[in-house]
Amino acid sequence: MITLGFVYVLAGLTFALFAVLGALDRSNPKRFGNAAFWGLLALSMLGGDTLGDFGNGLLVLALVAIAGTGQIGRAPGGDIPADVQAERAAQHGPFLLLVALIIPAVALAGTFLFKWVPGLADPKQATLISLALGVLIALAVGMARLKPPPLLPLQQGRRLLDAVGWAAILPQMLASLGAVFALAGVGEVVGDLIGTAIPQGSLFGAVLAFGLGMALFTMVMGNAFAAFPVMLAAVGMPLLIKQYGGDPAVVAAIGMLAGFCGTLMTPMAANFNLVPAALLELKNPYGVIKAQIGTALPLLAVNIVFIWLFAF
Amino acid sequence: MLVLIGILIIIAGFVLRFNPLLVIMASALATGLAAGLDIAAIIAAFGKAFNDTRYVSIIWIVLPVIGLLEAYGLQQHARTLIGRMKGATLGRLLTGYLLLRQGMAAVGLTSVAGHAQTVRPLVAPMAEAAAEAANPALTDDQREEVKAQSAATDNIGLFFGEDIFLAIGSILLMKGVLEGYGYQIEPLHFSLWAIPTAIAAFLIHGFRLRRLDRRMAAKTEATA
Repeated sequence: MITLGFVYVLAGLTFALFAVLGALDRSNPKRFGNAAFWGLLALSMLGGDTLGDFGNGLLVLALVAIAGTGQIGRAPGGDIPADVQAERAAQHGPFLLLVALIIPAVALAGTFLFKWVPGLADPKQATLISLALGVLIALAVGMARLKPPPLLPLQQGRRLLDAVGWAAILPQMLASLGAVFALAGVGEVVGDLIGTAIPQGSLFGAVLAFGLGMALFTMVMGNAFAAFPVMLAAVGMPLLIKQYGGDPAVVAAIGMLAGFCGTLMTPMAANFNLVPAALLELKNPYGVIKAQIGTALPLLAVNIVFIWLFAF
Repeated sequence: MLVLIGILIIIAGFVLRFNPLLVIMASALATGLAAGLDIAAIIAAFGKAFNDTRYVSIIWIVLPVIGLLEAYGLQQHARTLIGRMKGATLGRLLTGYLLLRQGMAAVGLTSVAGHAQTVRPLVAPMAEAAAEAANPALTDDQREEVKAQSAATDNIGLFFGEDIFLAIGSILLMKGVLEGYGYQIEPLHFSLWAIPTAIAAFLIHGFRLRRLDRRMAAKTEATA
């Protein structure tokens, strides 16, 4: 049976090859920093389960030290000229689109297949495993037809990852910070603070505090999942549900979505907001957040009104 | 109260634009110390969480495929396709993608599309080509805005579609937390109550995309 372990091995080997190719790239003055960074990430993917908690912690400290002291960077140039790309596109265009669609198509088909046919792959991780299989199939099909130099996909993939840089592990780092916050009881303290700040006797005031609290605390934590239990304990349960008799399903479901509006407005939700800015090579790292605020704020207001209308 | 120092460090760090990885580590250490943990315990807790969340970073395995396809001109082809479609404006293209992303997420297919898989290789170049068709003299700032809006549309479609799916993490979390308070609620109820917001998200963002279209067109006339 295929498990998530297979995907970690695949990712580990990919990062290891990026590290080796990075170390050999003489055009990059920071090549050894890059090699060390991706090499450590490869070690985490391949051997994270045997390093122990403290060992993994030291690995993270090393990653932070490398990135924090500015030891990683990208090689200048290396772009394939636009006219060469245009010429190749004219020749291979429809085929390229087909290969690009193999990844989502296999992810889709595998998700259903692995759920219906037990024993092939871990059904809980069906989509991630299928995504990895889609990558392998797309790569094989593309290589067979295009016949590029054998290292081209890895070299180009490495260039893309170098462009993203340390932001590539930001989502994982923020998720880990959330675990430390939970251990230290940050949520309870924030919940108590918000609980004491609500005006008594106003239903709409309580709904407003709940909705805004979900959005704000999600912005701080970068994740509505972390905000939900705290805000429910501080405001949702004692006031909206117990005191005013609100429908718990509505309070929870729409409250969570109010939190998602916060996710659209915070750099702490790095994988949604900062990573794509790096991946699209935007000049403003907060460009995606800027584009989202105009939708997030009115939608937050709508969610607060929806809770008020539908829960009571 | 002292444990909130970590939040202050995060906010200050992001505002002052220090390297976020350093800021996160400083915040974790300060929060842990304020809560009375020793340094070794904080490092171990961070390491354990880092190892448990590795799946977040496996998305980067798609990069060799994207790199190969881009080297052979995938982005150019995506642009050509848009050029051939009559009436494919920037707003219509992104609204169509929004609907597709919401619909797929609503049936649980959240990882099928995404910033690395679909936005960078397909959606962003198509959006740029559509904007260019309306305004051949697109400025760099406008290009940035179009690309940023492509990523934003992906996020909004995902966030306000996924909660309609029964077995998504957030629904299981809500069910679990409410059960802790003694409320037994079927996942279907949470799903149904996600639908009004999903419709509102589509209307609000769709309206903004239409305005984006008009704004680009207005600038075309101004430059012509």
